[in-house]
Amino acid sequence: MPHYRDEAVVIRTHKLGEVDRIVTLLTKNHGQVRAVAKGVRKTSSRIGARLEPFNVVDLQLYEGRNLDTVSQVEQLANYGAVIIADYARYTAASAVVEAAERFTREDSSSQHYMLVIGALRALSLKEHASDQILDSYLLRALAISGWITNIDQCQGCASTETVSFSVHSGSVSCQSCTMPGSVRLGVDGISHISALLIGDWPSVGRANLATRASVSGVVAGYLQWQLERGLRSLEHVERS
Amino acid sequence: MYDGVIQELIDQLGRLPGVGPKSAQRIAFHLIETDSEVALELADVLREAKEKVRFCITCGNVSETEQCSICLDPKRELTSICVVEDSKDINSIERTREFRGKYHVLGGAISPIIGIGPDQLRIKDLLKRLSDPEITEVILATNPNLEGEATATYLIRLLGSMEITVSKLASGLPVGGDLEYADDMTLGRAFEGRKRVN
Repeated sequence: MPHYRDEAVVIRTHKLGEVDRIVTLLTKNHGQVRAVAKGVRKTSSRIGARLEPFNVVDLQLYEGRNLDTVSQVEQLANYGAVIIADYARYTAASAVVEAAERFTREDSSSQHYMLVIGALRALSLKEHASDQILDSYLLRALAISGWITNIDQCQGCASTETVSFSVHSGSVSCQSCTMPGSVRLGVDGISHISALLIGDWPSVGRANLATRASVSGVVAGYLQWQLERGLRSLEHVERS
Repeated sequence: MYDGVIQELIDQLGRLPGVGPKSAQRIAFHLIETDSEVALELADVLREAKEKVRFCITCGNVSETEQCSICLDPKRELTSICVVEDSKDINSIERTREFRGKYHVLGGAISPIIGIGPDQLRIKDLLKRLSDPEITEVILATNPNLEGEATATYLIRLLGSMEITVSKLASGLPVGGDLEYADDMTLGRAFEGRKRVN
C-alpha cells in the first residue's frame, strides 16, 4: 500500500529543513500519522495553507519507512481561520489537539477522530464557552479511552447521590463511600461532569463559575494521572 | 561511530537546526580535510560572534552594541513600531525599503502546545515602549501561519484599549504568481484585503 487516501485533522506541525514541514495528522482510518509535507513553507506553496493545525483535509499520502509523504491535499473544513480570531478559543483548541496527539499516540479509533472534529467545530461555532468545550472534549476522550466507566452511580454502593470524583480511578462515590484521594465536588460538581460528558449544554451553561473551576481542576488532574504528564497548553487556556 | 574528537565534532554539528547525522558527518569531514586556515577562521568567527553579539535592550534585535543600529539611527521615524517574531524578519523587511520606523522583536509566537504563552515573549517590553506618546502606530508583522495569527489576535486585543493605530500586514497573492495556482485561503485573503483603485 505505497499510496493511500484518508481524511484527517491536522493536529501539529514541525519545521523540517529549509522549506518542509512534518505534519502530525489524526486520520479517520489510519490513526495518528506523521508525514512530510514538502515545500509547504515557501510562499508559492499551494498546499501550505491547507496543512495548518485545526484544518480538516482529504489527503493522499505515500507510505515511507519512518515518515509518510503528503502528495495531495484538499481542504474539507477550515476551523483554524475562525478559531484564531478569538484568543481564548485558540488556547482551548491548542489544548484539544495536544490532548488528541497524546491520546492517539499508541492507538486510535475513528471515535477519537470524530471527537476532535466535533470539538474544533464547536469552538469555531462559538455557541458555548471555549473552556467548557475543552473540558467536555477531555472527559469524552478519557471515556473513549476507557478511563471513565460509570459516573451515574457510586462505585461502592451504587447510590445515585454521588459527591466525589476519584482522580485515580475516574469513578464517583457517595458521601459514605468516598475513598482517600477523591475530590469532593458535591452533587452540583458531579452533575456538571455528567452534563459535560453527555453534551447537555443547557445544564453546562447553568453551572456557576466555582463549580466549573473545580471540575476543570479535577479533569486536568485526572488527565495528568492517566497520561503520566500534564498538557503544556492547559496552563495557557483562558477560562471564563 | 568514530573515535574521540571526530565523533564529538559530528555530535556537536548534529545538534544544529536542520543538520541531520549524515549532514553532520559530511560537514565534519569537510572541515577536517580542508585547509586548517579555513576551519580555524570559522572557529574564530564563531567565538567572536558568541562573545560580541547580544540582543538590543530596546527592540530585541541582534546587535554588537547595547542598542542596535536601527534604534540608534536618528533618521528613523519614531512614530511607528513594526512588531516581528524574529530578528531575521527585520532583515527581510529592511530589504523592501518600505518601512522607516523602528522595530520590536517578540522572540517567537504564542504556541501553547510547546509551552509558549504571552509571558514568554517580549510583550511587556513592547507595552513599556508604547507608553511613549510619540508612538502613534503599531504594525503587526507576525508570520501568516496559525501561531503568528494567534499572536496578532492577542496583541490586537491587548492594544485595543490604547489610543494607537494598530495595523497588520496584508496577505494575498505573491508577485509574479499565476492566479489559477493560488490556494483557496490565500486567494480568499486577497479578496478580503482588496483595495480601491479609483
